[in-house]
Amino acid sequence: MPNATAPDQIFQRALANSEILLPKCDDCGAFHFFPRVLCPHCHGAAISWERASGNGRVHTTTVVRQKPERGGDYNVCVIELDEGVRMMSRVEGIAPADVVIDMPVTAFVGEAEGAPAVLFKPVEG
Amino acid sequence: MTSELRGKSAIVGTGHAGFGEAHGLTAYDVMAQSALAALGDAGLKMSDVDGLFCTMMEDSMPALMAAEYLGIQPRFMDGTMTGGSSFVNYLTSATMALEAGLCDVALIVYGSNQRTASGKLVTASRPPAYEAPYNPRYPISAYAMAAARHMHEYGTTREQLADVAVSARAWAQHNPEAFQRGPLTREDVLGARMVGDPLTVRDCCLVTDGGGAVVMVRADRARDFPKPPVYVLGSAAESSHRQISQMKDFTVTAARESGKRAFAAAGLSPEDIQAVELYDAFTINTILFLEDLGFCAKGEGGAFVEGGRIAPGGVLPVNTNGGGLSCVHPGMYGIFTIIEATRQIRGDAPGIQLNNVDLALAHGNGGVLSSQVTAILGSQATL
Ligand SMILES: [Zn+2]
Repeated sequence: MPNATAPDQIFQRALANSEILLPKCDDCGAFHFFPRVLCPHCHGAAISWERASGNGRVHTTTVVRQKPERGGDYNVCVIELDEGVRMMSRVEGIAPADVVIDMPVTAFVGEAEGAPAVLFKPVEG
Repeated sequence: MTSELRGKSAIVGTGHAGFGEAHGLTAYDVMAQSALAALGDAGLKMSDVDGLFCTMMEDSMPALMAAEYLGIQPRFMDGTMTGGSSFVNYLTSATMALEAGLCDVALIVYGSNQRTASGKLVTASRPPAYEAPYNPRYPISAYAMAAARHMHEYGTTREQLADVAVSARAWAQHNPEAFQRGPLTREDVLGARMVGDPLTVRDCCLVTDGGGAVVMVRADRARDFPKPPVYVLGSAAESSHRQISQMKDFTVTAARESGKRAFAAAGLSPEDIQAVELYDAFTINTILFLEDLGFCAKGEGGAFVEGGRIAPGGVLPVNTNGGGLSCVHPGMYGIFTIIEATRQIRGDAPGIQLNNVDLALAHGNGGVLSSQVTAILGSQATL
């Protein structure tokens, strides 16, 4: 059932429009992720949404090893965005093992498991 | 100030069953065999049990399933599911329930047939919605990312991680109950198949069947049983997250808080502990928990475990049964930290029995470094 105020729906609808929105607390001003109905920092329930800067760094990373016939190795990482929130994702465009901690990355909306998802690529230059 | 609960309850029986492969048995069969073994050890009957503390991997109401299977109607039950730490957590709730008179005989029990049933982790839990699309392999990807961050911040090496596995194997080689007793070198660990960088398959715990149980009573009657009682001197818990992406500091676990409070409750400090039983789901766990529980400083865990320092004959006996890495790991290992700590204190450890152990530590980990529970156990002399 569509609900204009449901946190997950707001996030997913934006993703479907290739937009990354982050929840931000009206009371304390801090961002959080994952989306929820209260702020995990001050527990206020007034939440607004802001477009993410898309800038972040690899906080930590691993390579999931998998046989080539099953799709091969892939990256799983946790990204810290400039907004101060962390999310699990993967860095694309380079070999999984070349993803390193502190590497600057940029977010984009790609596809994971057949649905729109936040992915990252290395900052160019 | 020590806790009002210090020494108010005691473990008077331990038991286990189905170590390695329990062909044809269900998880509940293994659970029940473990319960019978622990009650036999305590000289008690199943019908004496009026408090049940249990969770399993396969159901949403495992404690009810277990009570039904065992043919008992407990008047107090705790099935709080914090992952593998649950059983150490039950030491606290069982002590409280016993002390309040809500039950007289507490049974903490677990069983699993995950190795013969599927060969991999059996779990009723769903992957978190905001992590699942990226296909992390649970639980290893989470622990691999913690290890990577520890290596990045403190220079911890893969060799040091490997030495945790080598030390665990060295203990296991003396333990006839351990599942993996063959030789294992640092090179073996480093050269094993990489599963989730930086962890190879030898940095990971075993996948075995097995169950374990302990029986607890109030301290005032603890000396009326066949085996020497082992008292709960302090126990404490802290949880920090559920999903690994929500862990605030990947190099510091909630064991720092659980350990601090467990030691305070017991009126003891890490220097007093003679045997350390930690939930070693992966080699990084042992390093993190030794740091967070205060056996060494943050960042020095790698050097602390290097070159046999936690192996037999080293500076600190850690996971004296071989741990989850080499002895047994049936999905959740927490109960076995209690059993090995208890047996070291009683003097009937199945492998290397340390001399004159009066104080031992059991530490449970649950989820993906999410829930940490620490217990200090002691002999009659420590009351
Ligand atoms: Zn807030």
